[in-house]
Amino acid sequence: MNTRPDYSHYRTGDPIADTKAPDGPVAERWDRRRFEAGLVNPANRRGRTVIVVGTGLAGGSAGATLAEQGYRVVQFCYSDSPRRAHSIAAQGGINAAKNYRNDGDSVHRLFYDTVKGGDFRARESNVHRLAQVSVEIIDQCVAQGVPFAREYGGLLDTRSFGGVQVSRTFYARGQTGQQLLLGAYQALSRQIAAGNVEMHARTEMLDLITVDGRARGIVARDLVTGEVSTHFADAVVLATGGYGNVFYLSTNAMNSNATAVWRAHRRGAYFANPCFTQIHPTCIPRTGDHQSKLTLMSESLRNDGRIWVPKAKGDTRPAHEIPEAERDYYLERIYPAFGNLVPRDIASRAAKNVCDEGRGVGPGGQGVYLDFADAIRRLGREKVAEKYGNLFEMYERITAEDPYEVPMRIYPAVHYTMGGLWVDYDLQTTVPGLFAIGEANFSDHGANRLGASALMQGLADGYFVLPATVNDYLARNPHPEPVDAGHPEAAAAVRETRERIDRLLAADGDRTPDSFHREIGELMWEYCGMARTEAGLRKALARIPALREEFWQRVRVPGTGAQLNQTLEKANRVVDYLELAELMCLDALHREESCGGHFREESQTPDGEAARRDDAFSYAAAWEFTAPGAAPVLHREDLVFEYVHPTQRSYA
Amino acid sequence: MKLNLRVWRQQHPETPGAMVTYEVDGISRDMSFLEMLDTLNEDLILRGEEPVAFDHDCREGICGACSLVINGDAHGPERTTACQLHMRSFRDGDTIDVEPWRAAAFPVVRDLVVDRSAFDRIIQAGGYVTVATGSAPEAHATAVPKADADRAFEHAECIGCGACVAACPNGSAMLFTSAKVNHLGALPQGSPERETRVLDMVAQMDAEGFGGCTLTGECATACPKGIPLPSIAAMNKEWLRANRTVRR
Repeated sequence: MNTRPDYSHYRTGDPIADTKAPDGPVAERWDRRRFEAGLVNPANRRGRTVIVVGTGLAGGSAGATLAEQGYRVVQFCYSDSPRRAHSIAAQGGINAAKNYRNDGDSVHRLFYDTVKGGDFRARESNVHRLAQVSVEIIDQCVAQGVPFAREYGGLLDTRSFGGVQVSRTFYARGQTGQQLLLGAYQALSRQIAAGNVEMHARTEMLDLITVDGRARGIVARDLVTGEVSTHFADAVVLATGGYGNVFYLSTNAMNSNATAVWRAHRRGAYFANPCFTQIHPTCIPRTGDHQSKLTLMSESLRNDGRIWVPKAKGDTRPAHEIPEAERDYYLERIYPAFGNLVPRDIASRAAKNVCDEGRGVGPGGQGVYLDFADAIRRLGREKVAEKYGNLFEMYERITAEDPYEVPMRIYPAVHYTMGGLWVDYDLQTTVPGLFAIGEANFSDHGANRLGASALMQGLADGYFVLPATVNDYLARNPHPEPVDAGHPEAAAAVRETRERIDRLLAADGDRTPDSFHREIGELMWEYCGMARTEAGLRKALARIPALREEFWQRVRVPGTGAQLNQTLEKANRVVDYLELAELMCLDALHREESCGGHFREESQTPDGEAARRDDAFSYAAAWEFTAPGAAPVLHREDLVFEYVHPTQRSYA
Repeated sequence: MKLNLRVWRQQHPETPGAMVTYEVDGISRDMSFLEMLDTLNEDLILRGEEPVAFDHDCREGICGACSLVINGDAHGPERTTACQLHMRSFRDGDTIDVEPWRAAAFPVVRDLVVDRSAFDRIIQAGGYVTVATGSAPEAHATAVPKADADRAFEHAECIGCGACVAACPNGSAMLFTSAKVNHLGALPQGSPERETRVLDMVAQMDAEGFGGCTLTGECATACPKGIPLPSIAAMNKEWLRANRTVRR
């Protein structure tokens, strides 16, 4: 895997285009696409198999719906139960353009907000469809028994969320993701019981099998027995989530990983906008090197909390001993109009800047204060408790500090990845028959995702979009040649998987897989995190191949591959992080503009704000894999804005 | 902090297991219990020994994966999941026992990992509303009284971790099953199937080998989400009612 010196000398290939969205008025495209889509005779569906990898909101809803339609579904998840996917951790809510509040919301407004919130780097057709479908999601979930918050009249309650001026977010206390996921899980359970879904829990996809250029199956490993097996189908759906865990520390679940999408990428699926990552400003800071993951605190805290750091560098006095005059309420100072309520990316970057200056607070100086003293004085302790009590409790449980008495400490953390496998309007990747849904694809959020939109997209894809478009694919490819484990492509994929596992087990080194994960994570956070520079990205690109080499020389994985071996699972995922990280840095290097979650220091306005460059970068970057460690090929998909016209943001 | 851990080690479901003693040093009070186990595992790997297998994922107390009996208590001394338990709940020099969930219906897979697929099969037996995608009426077509919605939510909070079973001297899954029965039963959307649901789910629960309920209440004490003990009584009532009025 010798990669130097030319990984960054990528070639530009043919432009790529979405050929599936019909033209004509944006509001009519989805109806037209559905009408023009081919259908499979219900009697013929039992004979058609679809593999679904993942059981989060996207995968769970897709598997259940495809099975209801009569297809044979074979589904996989790494957890012990399909009920535990990371969607479960989403707190805030799910957007839908129901306009129950009569506050001026509409499908068009949700479409507009999402395109603008994504900093004009998403495809209009897809986003409009998402907004249209959003209203059906709420109906479906209510019918399943999802216990959304309700008002005394018995109707659904909504609240407002960052970046929008209407109240369109449906929620179930702070556990919206959990309740929506259980709804999808229960629908899936019904299909498992009916024999329509063959569920493989504790089984991880390790490779994609393509035959004649089409996705025809996967290689999977049973995590309990260690058995490597092949599974075949007429189409394969990846619903395997995002890749935020490249950074080691993120708000993602510990086992969320990039292996399925990365293996698909290596088999021909283009990877789009890998550098678009969202860093959430209000997370609980790390307490030391032992930190294994980070916990998000709801963004709503910024409504009443004031963010500050000491004016002086290295001021280690406790917060209450620092007089008012020696505090820097830096967001209020820099952005007097929006103050503490600037968007996520701006709040995150500002916190990083003051910490980099040496003015951060708490262990390691990696934190800023979020102070409720003024709010408590103004509103009274009771009122504050009413609004934020459960969040204060959660904070105290984790930090053992009482936020009523001492200011909270917060710091930004990696939260979501907008990039992912490139898909067309049908959610099909560049490998025919391979679909990607939910966070695993790149399609709807552009360069920045708005709050309460991840749940909406996962369920839109799984319940409504994919089942229609998979239908079309299967109808147009009615009699695929049968394949089995003896097929040369399948055998080769199995052999490569086995070799990789054997190689990991054989490496008798002196470092743990986690130590490498931590190292690549720190490197990415430093150079491909909240602020990126050409010099930094080049530094990371120089370091990654060396780290990869060191990994294979020094990693140590005890035990065997013939039973549950969590160290082996981890090591296998780190292998893929070490390749994906390189593509993320390259993508960040090539995009010489700032947009959404991607901030290039070279591209900023005189007052330090992100400067988007629509003249040169109004496209999605879809990268084609060539060879391990070798430069990929860039395919540009030009973005056309017919309805929402790009403008520059300003918050000062 | 320096701690003595006595951890259940078991290679395979069929092979016998045993408590093995480990010493861990340099443990910070701010670590979560699972981060303390991470520390032990990193040491074990470097020593060429196999690390302790345990289930975990979100580490935020919501996915329900973690499943440790700590000093005899499911999820340990605080009323939360093991992932949200911090080492400041212990003292320097403590000896801590760490075991897997103990229940006939949850066979050990390896070390601290157990097989909870019986829970999935209970849900598959009827823990859902029969509504195919696309067939749902407009969400506001049926108003749900707030009290009913709140009651449904209280029971829907179950994370399916299995602490209730682990804590019960009989290894009973009544609290888990009743949570789902009461969640869906409280809502108009779940009403058409309420009789078949409770009968089928309880039958599946029994078939999986969970023990009977003798109302000791350990389940509700161990539950990290506060599913209330009267939930079981409500399910019993629902079951009796279903036996009288079954529509199938």
